[in-house]
Amino acid sequence: MTGGLALIWPVMTAAFLASLVEAVEALTIVLAVATVRGWRPAGLGALAGLAVLALIVVALGPLLGHVPLRLLQFVIGILLLLFGMRWLRKAILRAAGVIPLHDEATAFATETAELREQARRNEARLDWIASLTTFKAVLLEGLEVVFIVIALGAGRGMLVAASAGAVAACLVVALVGLIVHRPLSRVPENSLKFVVGIMLSAFGVFWTGEGLGVAWPGSDLAIVGFAAIFLAVSAAAVALARRPRAEVVS
Amino acid sequence: MTVLTNALRELAGLFVDDGALALMIIAVVVLTGVVATLLPEVPLVAGGILLLGCLTALLSSVARANRR
Repeated sequence: MTGGLALIWPVMTAAFLASLVEAVEALTIVLAVATVRGWRPAGLGALAGLAVLALIVVALGPLLGHVPLRLLQFVIGILLLLFGMRWLRKAILRAAGVIPLHDEATAFATETAELREQARRNEARLDWIASLTTFKAVLLEGLEVVFIVIALGAGRGMLVAASAGAVAACLVVALVGLIVHRPLSRVPENSLKFVVGIMLSAFGVFWTGEGLGVAWPGSDLAIVGFAAIFLAVSAAAVALARRPRAEVVS
Repeated sequence: MTVLTNALRELAGLFVDDGALALMIIAVVVLTGVVATLLPEVPLVAGGILLLGCLTALLSSVARANRR
């Protein structure tokens, strides 16, 4: 029980940070569309995306309760390993300068330019295209948030804690986005991905092992140990792969 | 159809970026499962294989990307 309670903050923090990254990416696209085409199509698309997301959660959420816990932990563990280590790998390569850092300002400029080009080609359909763009962005980034919430929360009955972290992150990003009306390029996206990648990978090892019948020493607290090991190995990987900024392939 | 294919591709992209990394992770999980089944009385051996295997997969993926 103590071990279970000890997981509340790591689960909530991981859900918050991961959702922050996704929400910032979605906001960049919504802002780009709003800049080119106005808030009406951008907002309509985003709302439609949120509605479909809510439908998916309402339709599939109750099914989780019918899946045997061991199987749920195993499947979620593998998906977390794939998802978390993919993030961690990218964060390591970016921190080492092997691949360029993700830049929200550049993503905003690219999205805006694409929409302007589409406007030049086909003015009549642009509102539809604009709405579709925000719909897709909100749905895809939202699906990632839903996956993260389920993956972090379902294995130990902490869906409420994980959901609270995710909702808080989305509200913070939406509020800041409404106030500043600019892409949140100052958010240290790669550092967040680095931390979240470590946490998700640690949870992934834990759930996968539990699903296979491994009784980890320290029970749930083993996750903290795994996170420390992933952090040490990842930091070493960054140091070994580090190259001068000039060599970064754009 | 194209929309559906694109959606599925983007969904798969959430989990698979470097195909070799994904394959290595799956291989490590399969090996862990085999060891956990064969040696149920010492589950930590399987746990150790899982943890070390994942770390090895991560490092080799980073090393491969760094060499490119």
